[in-house]
Amino acid sequence: MATSPRPNAITRRRTRELVVGAALLVVLALLPLPIAGTYLRGLMVLTLLYAGLAQGWNILGGYCGQISLGHALYFGIGAYTSTLLYTRLGIPPTLGLFAGAALGALAALAVGWPCFRLSGHYYAIATLVVGLMVLLLVQNWGFVNAAMGITIPFRTESWVQLQFRVAVLPFYYVMLGYAAIAWIVAWVVEGSRWGYIWRAVKDDVAAARSLAVRVFPSKMAAAAISGAIVGAGGALYAQYVGFIDPDSVLGLSLSVLIALPAVVGGVGTLWGPLLGAAVLIPVQQLSVAWLGSSGNGVDLMIYGALIMGLALARPQGLVSLFGVRSQAGGEVVDDA
Amino acid sequence: MTASLVAQVAIGGLLMGLVYALVAAGLSLIFGLMDVVNFAHGELLMLAMYAVFEIHAAFGLDPLLQLPLVAALLFGIGVAIYRLLIARALGVRFNTGMVQIFVTFGLSIFLVGAAQLAFGSDFRSIDNGVLSGRTVHLGQIVLPLPQVAAGLVCLLAFAALMAISRTEFGQALEATREDRDAVALIGIDRDRIFSLGWGIGAATVGIAGVMLANFYYISPTVGSNFALIAYVTVALGGFGSLAGALVAGLLIGLVEALTALFIDPSLKQVGVFAIYVAVLMFRPRGLFGRL
Amino acid sequence: MTPDPILRICNVSKTFGTVAANVDVSFDVGRGEILGLIGPNGAGKSSLFNAIAGAETPDAGEILLEGKRISGLGAVACTRAGIGRTFQVVRSFDSMTVLENVMVGAFARHARTRPAMAQALEVIAFCGLVPRADVPAHALTPPEKRRLEVARALATQPSVLLLDEMLTGLTPTEAQAGMRLVRDVRARGITVLMVEHVMEVLLPLIDRAVVLHLGRKLAEGSPAEVVRNPDVIRAYLGDRYVA
Repeated sequence: MATSPRPNAITRRRTRELVVGAALLVVLALLPLPIAGTYLRGLMVLTLLYAGLAQGWNILGGYCGQISLGHALYFGIGAYTSTLLYTRLGIPPTLGLFAGAALGALAALAVGWPCFRLSGHYYAIATLVVGLMVLLLVQNWGFVNAAMGITIPFRTESWVQLQFRVAVLPFYYVMLGYAAIAWIVAWVVEGSRWGYIWRAVKDDVAAARSLAVRVFPSKMAAAAISGAIVGAGGALYAQYVGFIDPDSVLGLSLSVLIALPAVVGGVGTLWGPLLGAAVLIPVQQLSVAWLGSSGNGVDLMIYGALIMGLALARPQGLVSLFGVRSQAGGEVVDDA
Repeated sequence: MTASLVAQVAIGGLLMGLVYALVAAGLSLIFGLMDVVNFAHGELLMLAMYAVFEIHAAFGLDPLLQLPLVAALLFGIGVAIYRLLIARALGVRFNTGMVQIFVTFGLSIFLVGAAQLAFGSDFRSIDNGVLSGRTVHLGQIVLPLPQVAAGLVCLLAFAALMAISRTEFGQALEATREDRDAVALIGIDRDRIFSLGWGIGAATVGIAGVMLANFYYISPTVGSNFALIAYVTVALGGFGSLAGALVAGLLIGLVEALTALFIDPSLKQVGVFAIYVAVLMFRPRGLFGRL
Repeated sequence: MTPDPILRICNVSKTFGTVAANVDVSFDVGRGEILGLIGPNGAGKSSLFNAIAGAETPDAGEILLEGKRISGLGAVACTRAGIGRTFQVVRSFDSMTVLENVMVGAFARHARTRPAMAQALEVIAFCGLVPRADVPAHALTPPEKRRLEVARALATQPSVLLLDEMLTGLTPTEAQAGMRLVRDVRARGITVLMVEHVMEVLLPLIDRAVVLHLGRKLAEGSPAEVVRNPDVIRAYLGDRYVA
């Protein structure tokens, strides 16, 4: 019974993914060398951060089908955890990162416990509300400096402390590592028992139960992994920017920003979050830089129109342009 | 703290609750009809408020007199949104649920940007309308007239909405909601019903926007706060239930006002959210939700 | 009555609101047999089926698999105990391929992907779906979808397989192929309990039949006995056909 199956479509696809992933990692590692501008490098740092965050969101929202609009909560918890550990106790962010990931996972479990009983829009809105509740509480919580936020002081140039005089290039590699690890986690769980079970839960809960799938624990597992990845991202972001406040790390718009690359790139796919981030983040940042500096709103119009256009034109995500099968119910008509 | 102060705050909260209920009713109507949550709902409110402001500034027409005008304008906007975006979003072959969420999210971002471009980011307000600055005295209780008028108009609009739901059109709405495929067979034009649903949903928000513009600041992002309350109202009352929206709206207005009075004004929404979470623990589909 | 029962239905009753779906139903399913659970519409077949599969809890009575109670434990526990089921309206995981669908079932017995995949491939071959293994489930024809349901359930390694109207709505050729599959399943040593409301398709296939009518057990026996039973004829055809 335990004989190794002959190579089939699944094993071939997964091998191909690893090869492409490794090649992409090499290209991305070399990419900042010819691109010298601080602005462009900063753009790439953000893109990689959101690629990792969206990969985390995709575990719960994509594979498992639980559309969360509250992931900023886990991001914010990661950011505040590592920042407080660093500024109050001197614990280096390289450790605080793991504390942030652990608390992000715990928070995702705490939110999931009541919310996974809700279905569809009720679930989405409940996650949104819980996220905003925490935002409002933190805005009024003196211990964490309330709405004023926390500035992370620069102490010394150090990889352990994730502090650099010129932060952009080192942080490019930090975020590349982050996005790569998030990708590897997604690759591993996609091919594991969980990956299959989550997609079964997304497609048909009753059928999944009839195959001995314990639905609630499987959602909780997805939530924990998802929350941990996003929490770690929050910790890295705090260290990169050097300042956090409730609005920037816990706001509703951030929850949407975390989810969007996965949605635009292709929900429940391995490459979707990466591809979506590579399209969305540069467009958003560049339109702010070129058009929106005076706050005239054109940047928002472009961004909003892009989201609407992509969602309508490519509902199965940009990955479908590359002939990757959608995980969301439907074969991809190859019209490339 | 006197009893009359508490009563005054409570009544003020209930009046605001009527506005919340009407905003939520539009959202609930659209959801009940086609399972779509309009995440640009708050931006419709914002557009209505700017319409009032601009018409008032240009022609001196009092906000109160603009009610039919702005309601009609928003009706048109609602129909246009359905025809241009939502009909397409419902027609996609993949991820229909997710596509509609993010299409309306994209629309909300787009509309905020458009408002910034057209009207600037400054906060505006209308302080020379017929109602402005007047108060109503009920014994010890003093209430600002704009809020009282807003509550009453929203209540009337709500009653009208209830009445519509009992007419032949309302029955057609109900039929469309119950069984989408069957209605095509008995000759109801689904597309037309959906357009009308969006028109009416947007018009109700328009009415709420007109009344709000009498006493609330106007800015490109004003919609998000009200939208958030509206989602909570709809989820609390039960998606698709008009009665649920009314009860939940009143409850939220009251809890918000009393939290602000007894605990802390900056925590007023936390009180609302706490009630919401508590209710959903016991009734996952809201107070009036169909289980 | 049945010499070696694998599954025992003991005095099961279930009421929905004011409708009595099952009233004091008892019968045994023998090891290795193909048992037909038949009855006209509204006889209480689906309710009993769901009770055995764990999707519903009986109000009274109990269901024993290998002497252990499985009623009221839920679908997950029933599947773990050895009950496999299909759905009348097929419920395939449409975003996944045939192989992936069946692997979900195989993961009920395997924690790791490799053995789960090996077992899923074996079951797919058994059900004759090899050429369709990498096709998304939504692209299958209706009879293929029924086969996928059977394959998915078999992958959970059941000792008893419940088939819900598996032959209904198929063309005669497709039904023949379906019946061959059911016989093959039994040849694997799996006990089969089939629910159908059309008696004719089932009679050549089953060893014994249990007839339900208005929630009660009306008759039990070999197909030949059952079709001659006046109560059964009355239930299906009305009084005037009883000689």
